Amino acid sequence: MVRLKPVDAVIVGFGWAGALLALELSAAGISVLALERGPFRDTVDFPPTSAPDELRYAVRHDLVVPPARQTITFRNRPDQLALPVRRWGSFLPAWGAGGGGVHWNGQVWRFRPSDFVLASRVAVRYGRRFLAPDLTLADFGVTYEELEPYYDRFESLAGVSGQAGNIAGRIIPGGNPFEGPRARDYPNPPLLMPYGPSLFAEAARALGYHPFPQPAANLSRPYTNPLGVTLGPCTYCGFCERFGCANAAKASPQTTVLPVLRERRNFWLRTDVTVLEVVYDRTARRVAGVVYVDDKGERSFQPADLVILAAYTFENVRLLLLSGIGTPYDPESGRGVVGRNYTYQTTSSVTVGFADKRLNPFIGAGALGMVVDDWNGDHYDHGPLGFLGGAYLAALATNGRPILNHPTPPGTPRWGAEWKRAVARSYLRTFRLIASGSSLPHRAAYLDLDPTYRDAWGRPLLRMTFDFHPFDLRMSEFVTAKLAEIARAMAPAWLTVSPRRGPYSIVPYQSTHNVGGAVMGADPATSVVNPYLQCWDVPNLFVVGGSAFPHNPAYNPTGTIAALALRTGEAIRTRYLARPGPLV
Amino acid sequence: MAPRAAGSALGALLGLALLALLPPRTAARAGDAGEAARGAYLARLADCGGCHTPPGGAPLSGGRRIPTPFGTVTAPNLTPDPETGLGRWSWQDFDAALRFGRRPDGLPLYPVHPYPYFARLDETASRELWAYLRTVPPAVQPVRGAALRFPFDLRLLVAFWNVLYFRPDPFRPDPAHDAVWNRGAFLVEGPGHCGACHTPKTALGGDRPPFLGGGEVEGWTAPPLDGDPATGLGGWRVEDIEAFLATGTDGRHLASGPMAEVVMQATSRFRPEDRHAIAVYLKSLPPSSPHPLTPPPPPPASGAALYALRCAPCHGEGGEGVPNLFPALRGNAAVAGAPASLLRILLFGARAAATPARPTGPAMPPVGAALPDEEVAAIASYVRARFGGAGPVSGEDVASLRVRGP
Repeated sequence: MVRLKPVDAVIVGFGWAGALLALELSAAGISVLALERGPFRDTVDFPPTSAPDELRYAVRHDLVVPPARQTITFRNRPDQLALPVRRWGSFLPAWGAGGGGVHWNGQVWRFRPSDFVLASRVAVRYGRRFLAPDLTLADFGVTYEELEPYYDRFESLAGVSGQAGNIAGRIIPGGNPFEGPRARDYPNPPLLMPYGPSLFAEAARALGYHPFPQPAANLSRPYTNPLGVTLGPCTYCGFCERFGCANAAKASPQTTVLPVLRERRNFWLRTDVTVLEVVYDRTARRVAGVVYVDDKGERSFQPADLVILAAYTFENVRLLLLSGIGTPYDPESGRGVVGRNYTYQTTSSVTVGFADKRLNPFIGAGALGMVVDDWNGDHYDHGPLGFLGGAYLAALATNGRPILNHPTPPGTPRWGAEWKRAVARSYLRTFRLIASGSSLPHRAAYLDLDPTYRDAWGRPLLRMTFDFHPFDLRMSEFVTAKLAEIARAMAPAWLTVSPRRGPYSIVPYQSTHNVGGAVMGADPATSVVNPYLQCWDVPNLFVVGGSAFPHNPAYNPTGTIAALALRTGEAIRTRYLARPGPLV
Repeated sequence: MAPRAAGSALGALLGLALLALLPPRTAARAGDAGEAARGAYLARLADCGGCHTPPGGAPLSGGRRIPTPFGTVTAPNLTPDPETGLGRWSWQDFDAALRFGRRPDGLPLYPVHPYPYFARLDETASRELWAYLRTVPPAVQPVRGAALRFPFDLRLLVAFWNVLYFRPDPFRPDPAHDAVWNRGAFLVEGPGHCGACHTPKTALGGDRPPFLGGGEVEGWTAPPLDGDPATGLGGWRVEDIEAFLATGTDGRHLASGPMAEVVMQATSRFRPEDRHAIAVYLKSLPPSSPHPLTPPPPPPASGAALYALRCAPCHGEGGEGVPNLFPALRGNAAVAGAPASLLRILLFGARAAATPARPTGPAMPPVGAALPDEEVAAIASYVRARFGGAGPVSGEDVASLRVRGP
């Protein structure tokens, strides 16, 4: 094994979290090395001539880590046998420079103020007995107010297109009246709204709801961010999720920060290397660096004073477990923290078909649509309802692509001439509404190491044990009925209502929002990292990403992951480097 | 580098003897630091590194191969290394090479080294450059020298070339213009040696009029820098030229190809007042070649369809582009002028300059790489006719460039 020259900081993973940490730390002048297991990618790799290739990217998952390289084992319940995932379905973990930031939809949300303190709020509002005994709900350890400047910074780096609903306490019509107060409006105006979302918004307004444009990291106009990097305007091509953007119009690490990072002489990016473990000295309570392996099988030890895990939820948790850092969670006793509180997203949908309206679903962008947030969060009384959280209801115009999208009315045969006729009739006239719902943590939802299956280097795979909590299924039934209400007010010719039903299946795609497992919090007994995402047990190790969420609100996680990463980067830069040690 | 002629050996001995009588020179005289600093800035103005620094190599250590229509010339090592660099040269040796194209052994340098332009420098500038070069870290880099085709490998023939094309006159300010214009004239005609690329050449590689009327270098079009409204800077304002030199873009045009390197390594590091002077001077140049009055033939209809499908998503249906990101095709010299750059970009793609002020460095994919020659020609002809009022290109033009390679 080769011992490399030491660096000040090594970052494992170069997705959004890794890239933002690299930006912050390299600005401090220290030497920063980012390691990425996948290939290098840049905007040139997604030219308009080949980027919108549905077969290659959406069906064959070109930007997704091949399961042969890295996969997990899965089971619903602890009494079951977990088996390896051999083809990704429910979620699509990315690999390569930029990570999921390359192939995401671009939906950028801020969590609500109540989301950060849900546990303590629920205890007061509904009483502790309202909670099911197996729920392990906990607070984030950071408030919305503390995170607001970092949300603002990320939205400004990414050029988010949107309409603010609450600026410094003033409610703005046309925005989300339920959002937390923000210092200023979005850097770009909302995208132009196509017909389907407009119909949805009209129907929602008639029912007394407050529809607003989805905040989008698909840019509505050309934009130069505070770093001087220029992004292009979205062309509404509809090839967002699972694709790289051909127009530099979707915010990604490549289109927002990489041009500046690559000029910094104290920053290096090494791709095609897989980190096998974090070298941990238990007695000294210090990590010394990481060991990685390259494509030829050669191992190297990279010494570093500071190690930052930004390798997505799965590898963050797995590396902690493989390296013997922190106390692994034991579902029997409920003790231990690493792997605890794994959560997901509880999604559902309603499909509407029209006889007379042409919706042109080929016009799209990943975060283009109208949203109703009235049944989300905790602003309404959950007492009589028997669940917590909720969902945002949305009409998104995207994914109208020919291979994977052929909606047909209920009762249509699943093959043959009649099926073909129905597909031809329905494509322009069908629209899908979604509910993106929160996900509650419970004792039997966790991540650990599989006892049987190992990867190519002999390391145990990560094992996921997960099913939706009954609270979440009850929530899904409720919010999907509300969504159906809006759908009926659109006066469709037909509709199908599909609430989320248990047990959780890992086969159909639902969402790539896998969070938790190395959660943040104010209490080391129930969290792995402190509010600055610094490992309680090991002050020179930080674990950044969705792994930090103690529960998952209804909103997409990227905005909050980015804000937490920027806050952590600033804390390291302004406090930790001068005085290394616990920040809390 | 080159062995000294025998006759100067005696002179060297005498010099050494004299030196022994003089008091020892201290390493850093008060004037030295300033002289070397001024020389460093001159080296940036002249972009010495553009030829003399190998990609990824030690500064000014030579070894970089420079293609010419006559063969390849390898740039020498300018560092003070005694064996492979200029360590044993005197200032006189250096000055003779820099401004007059003469080697210490008396043979001429090939005018790939732009001494016809550097002749505009005066003796002080030459001494400052020399002082700077002595501070560059010595690097061992033996340089093999030129590999030109017969008869161009006969160095003595350069003496005839000099008769035709070399005027060893230092720069004289024009009293009819102010100090800013004269500074710009000096920078462009002297150390900037813009004409080395941007002035048309004779068959022997010497400048021919019109000055700054456009040229071609390494397969890229170096557009005219005169006032032509379609192919030159006629449609640019002074501040556009300044922005382009400082950042690689003026919003509508992006520096790419060899000019991207010039911007990134040289002009983006000039003093702002020098970029302003260059812009003022260039804007004062009148248009050189008159435009034909007959409109070009209409482009093939397939060009419009191909443009809408493959080009409009970035360059816009009206060719307006996106500021600082996707160049405007309308009013762009690369579209309206000589077609070398346009065809090259279509076939091989291009990456624009990235500077601290404009770090994006947008890239154009090689759209034509997977298209047949006729379709690439159709796109190019359509773009040239619609946005530049210029004539078509043929499938043969495309085919021959595709064979030649990037």
